[in-house]
Amino acid sequence: MSKDVYVLAEQRDGNIQKVSIELIGKATELAADLGQKVVAVLLGSGIKDKADVLIKHGADKVIVVDDPMLAEYVTEPYAKALYEVIKACDPEIVLYGATSIGRDLAPRVSARVHTGLTADCTKLDIGTIDAMPDTKLLLMTRPAFGGNIMATIVCKDHRPQMATVRPGVMKALPRDEARTGEVVDFKVDFTPADMNVTIKEIVKEDKKKVDITEAKVLVSGGRGIGSPEFFGELQKLADVLGGEVSSSRANVDAGWIEKDRQVGQTGKTVRPDLYVACGISGAIQHVAGMESSEYIVAINLNDTAPIFDVADLGIVGDVKAIVPKLTEAIAKRKAEKAAQ
Amino acid sequence: MKIVVCAKQVPDTTEVKLDPKTNTLIRDGVPSIINPDDKAGIEAALQLKEKVGGTVTVVSMGPPQADAALREALAMGCDEAILVTDRAFGGADTWATSSTIAAALKKIDYDIIITGRQAIDGDTAQVGPQIAEHLGIPQVSYAEEIIDASEEKIVVKRQFEDRYHIIEVKTPCLITALAELATPRYMTVHGIFDAYREKEVKVWTLEELKDTVDMSNIGLKGSPTNVKQSFTKQAKGKGLYYKDLSAEEAVETIVAKLEERHII
Amino acid sequence: MDFTLSKEHLLFRQMVREFVENEIKPIMQEIDEEERFPREVWEKLGPAGLLGIQYPKKYGGQGGDYLAYVMAIEEISKYCASITSGIAAHSSLCCWPIYQFGTEEQKMRFLPELLSGKAWGAMGLTEPGAGSDAAMQQTKAYLDGDHYVVNGRKCFITNAGEAKYYTTVVMTDKSKGNKGMSILVIPADAPGFSIGKHEKKMGIRASATADLIFDNCIVPKENLIGKEGDGFKMIMQTLDIGRIGVGAVGLGIAEGAWEETLKYVGQRKQFGKTIGSFQNTQFEMADMKTRIDSAQLIIYRAACTKDAGLPFGLYACMGKYYGATIGSDVTRRCVQLFGGYGYMREYHVERMMRDAKIVEIYEGTSEVQKMVIAGHLKVGK
Repeated sequence: MSKDVYVLAEQRDGNIQKVSIELIGKATELAADLGQKVVAVLLGSGIKDKADVLIKHGADKVIVVDDPMLAEYVTEPYAKALYEVIKACDPEIVLYGATSIGRDLAPRVSARVHTGLTADCTKLDIGTIDAMPDTKLLLMTRPAFGGNIMATIVCKDHRPQMATVRPGVMKALPRDEARTGEVVDFKVDFTPADMNVTIKEIVKEDKKKVDITEAKVLVSGGRGIGSPEFFGELQKLADVLGGEVSSSRANVDAGWIEKDRQVGQTGKTVRPDLYVACGISGAIQHVAGMESSEYIVAINLNDTAPIFDVADLGIVGDVKAIVPKLTEAIAKRKAEKAAQ
Repeated sequence: MKIVVCAKQVPDTTEVKLDPKTNTLIRDGVPSIINPDDKAGIEAALQLKEKVGGTVTVVSMGPPQADAALREALAMGCDEAILVTDRAFGGADTWATSSTIAAALKKIDYDIIITGRQAIDGDTAQVGPQIAEHLGIPQVSYAEEIIDASEEKIVVKRQFEDRYHIIEVKTPCLITALAELATPRYMTVHGIFDAYREKEVKVWTLEELKDTVDMSNIGLKGSPTNVKQSFTKQAKGKGLYYKDLSAEEAVETIVAKLEERHII
Repeated sequence: MDFTLSKEHLLFRQMVREFVENEIKPIMQEIDEEERFPREVWEKLGPAGLLGIQYPKKYGGQGGDYLAYVMAIEEISKYCASITSGIAAHSSLCCWPIYQFGTEEQKMRFLPELLSGKAWGAMGLTEPGAGSDAAMQQTKAYLDGDHYVVNGRKCFITNAGEAKYYTTVVMTDKSKGNKGMSILVIPADAPGFSIGKHEKKMGIRASATADLIFDNCIVPKENLIGKEGDGFKMIMQTLDIGRIGVGAVGLGIAEGAWEETLKYVGQRKQFGKTIGSFQNTQFEMADMKTRIDSAQLIIYRAACTKDAGLPFGLYACMGKYYGATIGSDVTRRCVQLFGGYGYMREYHVERMMRDAKIVEIYEGTSEVQKMVIAGHLKVGK
């Protein structure tokens, strides 16, 4: 009989990733609905001491596979380890962060286990469906069709029910120093053949400062900015506001700016305190990624641009005229305040 | 080198709009395109062929209309095109889709399979890795650059959020392409005319796949997941809206609001 | 009668649209403003196959047809008639006489380079004293051993200074009038050949227009196309062919302006509603679209008739005439619907209106077209 809600605890260089803590938070709710436990699966090398973090944030149990083969993420050793855990423990649910690791590993594992997998979920609930009124199922809700529709997916007959979940969507539980839990070592027999690719080089990029999902303020450019050079103006505005520059998909597709600054359905979901949409028309797939922002300012020449439907403050006008003046005005205002 | 690209025909979701009155999708007039990541994969395949030599075969699973996407791939320069299509394959989730495509791939020779990272209609990024698992070959997903390639192995730059790996992988293998992997070339004019007048799109139905496909793993019945319900999202309410402000007035208005909200 | 486009033509149109979206739209406004010939676009037209659409693969062409050619001109003209004016000069006026009347050796010498876009072409016909009256050519050439010596001046030459080959009409025997004309392919680096100053134009400002100056210019005699004295005949046929394409320039400009206007009238509000809801706007839009569609049908018919190997001269002429007419008519009316904004350079209809005018003038004015049409119809004969 399948049981318990499992979370893949993603670590990089021994650091537990934020999304995994969020997932454990969500898993505690799901486990409570099911009357089951939350189990974190921690894969890596020399990482056993990190299990405690997972317990303090809500895990009842942590299964640790600690092996030099798992030092750096490689699909096959990780897939094998997780597959062995699933085979041995028969979980009811397995959750992964929808990261470049989770979205690589989860489908590989789902194919091996022969179970369903729902990608990029933004909502998870326990509930039933009409055809199976007595079975508590994981209801996995995700955007589809470029964010135009939301679909709730179920996995009726196969176990575990698996989902990858968007970072930043679920709420982490606060750290509870009083919490205790069980830490279990799990041994996987790796063979050299399991390392079926060779990592020739690992280059860590200091992308922290361009992680737009962490920024408090985003100044975002759309097609209406006219040229890649105008991102320079947006950067100046972002600088005076202490924020980052982001972009709609069109400019990323045109090669004007890096993909990791893209907001929207195929980019990142952001929820800054301030989102300044410059020359962004507000195609639904863009709105999907930024509509939860605390305060949205939109500047667009086209007075019927759909961005105005979600903007808290909409200005019909030319970004090219307004943005440099705005930067100047804010810098001046800040200088005045500093002088007071 | 035998290069196979998997490509999907998708509705251009950036063109999809919601009917504000009924809150339903307006699908009419939405063009069908080759999924952008897959198109980058096609380009990467063509570049590989130009570098290493060999052939590029493009495979698509979909309704008969997907023929158009395959012709486009031929017009870009692919050598062969195969359309995997049958009513029995319909309604498939990613598991059943990957099983079906893997069954087709088992019937052709390949050194490397390239798929797009994800399709813009589903955004799952699952089919590529699942195909690799069904075929029992290594995968490298999120490929940003093919650094080196030969018949025996390829070296790929694999992107993560905070780092990248330079990965060497022996063929046969599967890589999933990010849009950054390659900027698709234009179809050539002669390629377009040849695609319809000289070349063919092979059509593989269930009949052609019967010795490699497991009937319990295809279509709606072979799909572990099902859609319980789908619904459209409601847009957030309208805020303040100013028209006909001069640039100066606009700046004043914005600054005032930001101060009011203690952002500056 | 079948009015549906084949799948290959639809795919072809899609490809041209992608090209326009990526390569032309981002710069169309600035190249007009700067009066700059966009070499960066031209360098991509060749590899995309757009400079040899309707020619056989054997000579470096794409093996397409005239219908595809006019569709390309039409699609690109929706956004930039400067570029299509240059394409027409290259594809029809420079390449066609070589293809049609050149020897196999000449075709293999010139066409692969031209049709693949590695070299661009132009035609030298018009002279200060020989416009519509093309027979009044003053540029002379005489044979001197293994080469011709050319003296004279051509004016208003599209692609001047950018082209590598100039298909040039010269008088080899002035005493014979029309029957003394010949065609030479003059390479840009021919001794004694220079380019005059670039003209400042009302529209199609991103096309290169200048004089060709021949001062004892030396041209190898192997560059004579056809026979001496056949020049006039060949040039008249070349102009027939050329009209199929230039009509599509006017058509494309009209369509582009109409589409811009359609968007605008749906957004612009006056008196509390969109201006598109006013009956005048609706009537204007309906009337313009009807004309655009008529022009498209004539021009496509000219192309399809040519592709079928049937006499197409009358349709080509009517297509050029009507395409030019609606180009000017529709853009002028679109500017009017835009009102003040339409007069501003920010909106494209202003540029389109300026660009459209040339189509009524170049490659045979509208008056000349009517003369030729009347001639075809034997009016008064």
